[in-house]
Amino acid sequence: MTATRADPPPPEPRLPKRRGVELSLLVCAVVISVFGYVAVGLGRSHAVPPDAARYGAGLGLLALLAHLAVRLRAPYADPLLLPIAVLLNGLGLVLIYRLDLETPRDQAAPAQLVWSTLGVALFIAAVLFLREARVLQRYAYVCVAAALVLLIVPIFFPAVNGAKIWIRIGGLSFQPGEFAKILLAVFFASYLAANRNALAYTGRRLWWKLQLPTGRVLGPIVAIWLLSVIVLVLERDLGTSLLFFGLFVILLYVATGRIGWIAVGLLLAAVGAFVVGSYEPHVHGRVQDWLSPFASIDAGQGPGQLAQSLFAFAAGGMFGTGLGLGESVLIGFAAKSDFILATAGEELGLVGLTAIFLLYALLVARGYRAGLALPHPFGQLLAVGLSSILALQVFVIAGGVTGLIPLTGMPMPFLAQGGSSVVTNWIIVALLIRVSDSARAPRPDLVEPDLVVPVAEGTEAH
Amino acid sequence: MIRQIRHTTVFCLLLLVALFVNAGRIQVIEADTLDNNSANRRQTVARFEQRRGNILVDGRAVTGSKDTGEQLRFERTYTDGPLYAPVTGYASQTYGTTLLENAEDNLLTGTNPLLAPLPFWNDVTRGRQPGGRVATTVRASMQRAAFDGLAGRRGAVAAIQPASGRILALVSSPSYSPEQLSGTGPAVTDAWTALTGAEAQPMLNRAIRQTYPPGSAFKIVTAAAALDSGVVSDVDAPTSVPDPYVLPGTTTTLPNEVDGCDRASLAFAITFSCNSVMAGLGVKVGMDRMLDTVEKFGFNDTGIRIPSGVAVSNFDSHMTDDQLALSSIGQFDTRATPLQMAMVASAVANGGELRRPYLVDRTTSAHGKTVSRTAERTYRKVMDGSTARQVRRLMVDVVEEGTGTNAGIDGATVGGKTGTAQHGIGNAGVPYAWFIAWARADGAGEPAVAVAVVVEDAEADRSDISGGGDAAPIARAVMEAALEEEASEE
Repeated sequence: MTATRADPPPPEPRLPKRRGVELSLLVCAVVISVFGYVAVGLGRSHAVPPDAARYGAGLGLLALLAHLAVRLRAPYADPLLLPIAVLLNGLGLVLIYRLDLETPRDQAAPAQLVWSTLGVALFIAAVLFLREARVLQRYAYVCVAAALVLLIVPIFFPAVNGAKIWIRIGGLSFQPGEFAKILLAVFFASYLAANRNALAYTGRRLWWKLQLPTGRVLGPIVAIWLLSVIVLVLERDLGTSLLFFGLFVILLYVATGRIGWIAVGLLLAAVGAFVVGSYEPHVHGRVQDWLSPFASIDAGQGPGQLAQSLFAFAAGGMFGTGLGLGESVLIGFAAKSDFILATAGEELGLVGLTAIFLLYALLVARGYRAGLALPHPFGQLLAVGLSSILALQVFVIAGGVTGLIPLTGMPMPFLAQGGSSVVTNWIIVALLIRVSDSARAPRPDLVEPDLVVPVAEGTEAH
Repeated sequence: MIRQIRHTTVFCLLLLVALFVNAGRIQVIEADTLDNNSANRRQTVARFEQRRGNILVDGRAVTGSKDTGEQLRFERTYTDGPLYAPVTGYASQTYGTTLLENAEDNLLTGTNPLLAPLPFWNDVTRGRQPGGRVATTVRASMQRAAFDGLAGRRGAVAAIQPASGRILALVSSPSYSPEQLSGTGPAVTDAWTALTGAEAQPMLNRAIRQTYPPGSAFKIVTAAAALDSGVVSDVDAPTSVPDPYVLPGTTTTLPNEVDGCDRASLAFAITFSCNSVMAGLGVKVGMDRMLDTVEKFGFNDTGIRIPSGVAVSNFDSHMTDDQLALSSIGQFDTRATPLQMAMVASAVANGGELRRPYLVDRTTSAHGKTVSRTAERTYRKVMDGSTARQVRRLMVDVVEEGTGTNAGIDGATVGGKTGTAQHGIGNAGVPYAWFIAWARADGAGEPAVAVAVVVEDAEADRSDISGGGDAAPIARAVMEAALEEEASEE
């Protein structure tokens, strides 16, 4: 179906597409998820859940459709990205279904399944209709405007659990900040790709090697970043704020190669964190909780959420209690969202947790790898940006629930309950697929147009 | 840009390593500390996640489990709560466990490593086996006889099989239903408040956790000491103890409740409960030898477990002669649990050899595979066989012609001793009535049972007769039940 173009002599070997690998990995991902689903049923009621086949078929169908879209429109994409996303999403559904069993009056899995379907649908749409990532570069300013609107709107809606990050329309509520991540990543990537030389080599030298670019170049980007951070502080959503900050610093460093940026960025982060952590009560409480998670127990008020989360991880130990056999529901109201990892840690143990971390690591590494192979800076920065969003998100929330860093509310990508988050992450994966496809595909722009040769389908040369 | 992307990759790798190290710290290194944190409810939840194993009497479960579907899922039920409360104790979601429920908790909850198919199995799988079963030595008929005999009066009964040490009955009255404490919530806390605040102390296990002045029942111990030490060589020979007997080093005379105690023989003194003779003999035996004998019987031993701990029965170790005299007739600071006094009767009945009392015959897995069996062991050789024989005769005399005629059983040889213990300020309290006894069916090789009965609120008759009047019939009922059990087994 797809015609690859051979390079002019000396002929290079054609790149393998690896769609078959992707398909077999997808089968594995679906099977593992179904096993998990069955294990929950066996663990809880010694019976296979009656709808296990339906669950497997549904997840399999989503995976297959996504796979077909990739096969059709991004045949050279990295074969690991989609299976990892499907597996994480499937595991997330299993964990949420498992927690639903403890809270009969509050079912989250059905909604999560709908959101996942929507996510996959958007993934497919993105893969089908976005033929080339570089198209996004043109919409940089549209993106940033949209992002700011999305960030500001929730201020006018009531807060949920101390954070004003929700928009409620009828029965549906979603977090626009989630989508803003992608839009900002696109904006940062395109702006930096266009201005990186100006940022790196113009402007005044402050001292030694630290240069300050001209205000004209630096101004807009800092303004936008500051604005987003202020909005976030107003909304009490520290996690996302931290994420934007990290994303900004990383992309700035990758674009300019100035180590000074990192120093300045970290310095700013430290100051900002200290100020916010000291004066903002919501955040101050989180920091206190991180410093002494058991203080509330000693004070006789019972364990706080972080303490409960640590108990859950500890209860899992090396091999976990087994799916459906843990007591992570003790964590309370955020067990299905921010603290979903605690359930994974308790029921799958350190072994399962390691596997999940490695899946994320693979996903991120593949994103960076695509970035490394791309010929144009926008694509590189976009790939790095999107992968970094995933990496930082995993670190911030996983570190938070395990007591490594102060806890900031944030959904674990693909795993946690949260419709906006699942949809956003699917779009991120779609963009990574698109970027990795252009990274691995033969370069039509380097080929003479009259040397097109048809290639039989399915043949792979190494 | 390639270089920077690589740097970023390394940075992410460092973040990943930090996550790994931290997860390992929480899940492996600090796991035990976190698991055992007082605020961590997991162990509590796990405890009640499966049916608790049952406690058996005569092979039938006297406990059960009720599935409530709540977080602390299975609640303990009891078939005859008040009857067996002194044996089983309670197993409460709110208040923990006591007695057998406590001593055998890891077996009943399935965490006992002996239940596991392989060593360390439970540790590796982090699981637990189905709760095991605990078969007690108690006989239902005897327990029932003792309970009905007390009929709600304050008191206790302990019965032992002398040859083995098996505890055949352990009753405390008034009792309570442990089931009231199963579960959580206001009903349970209210029940607890009511039970612990009740003036009659229904939750006190009087049979093993309460000590009483044993009064004249203690004279059996003194008699054994006198015979064993050679102070008395012929039970029928007159002793040199005069009546009135003045406590050594004082001007206080020790009253007797019967006539004929002046220089009476040991046999007469036991049969009719002469205070003067026994107090005098105790002084003659002397502090050291008295202490030696009483400690062989189990007094002053803080380590008696049946498997629950038994309150220590006391006999002072440093006394002047007048105090020793009073202690030798079960007064002054001498105090004993009903179980201790049953052990006294048991040692006499078993030829001087006291068997260690025990309540758990064996424990099994849920499928009936034996996990452990209690071995019968000798506690101490208390006295010579000849001494035991002579004391037995004295006790038989008590029942046949003395203060304990209420305990006689047709077709069996019964030995006993009454006791009345004054207590309270100026002895104003209602005296405790004691009766300790043993019974041997005619033609049987050895006594079937030794029993001790104490009734706190006996009739306000200050004579030893009250021991014979209140406590002896209960002892007789328990012994009859024991003899019937023995007869039906043959």
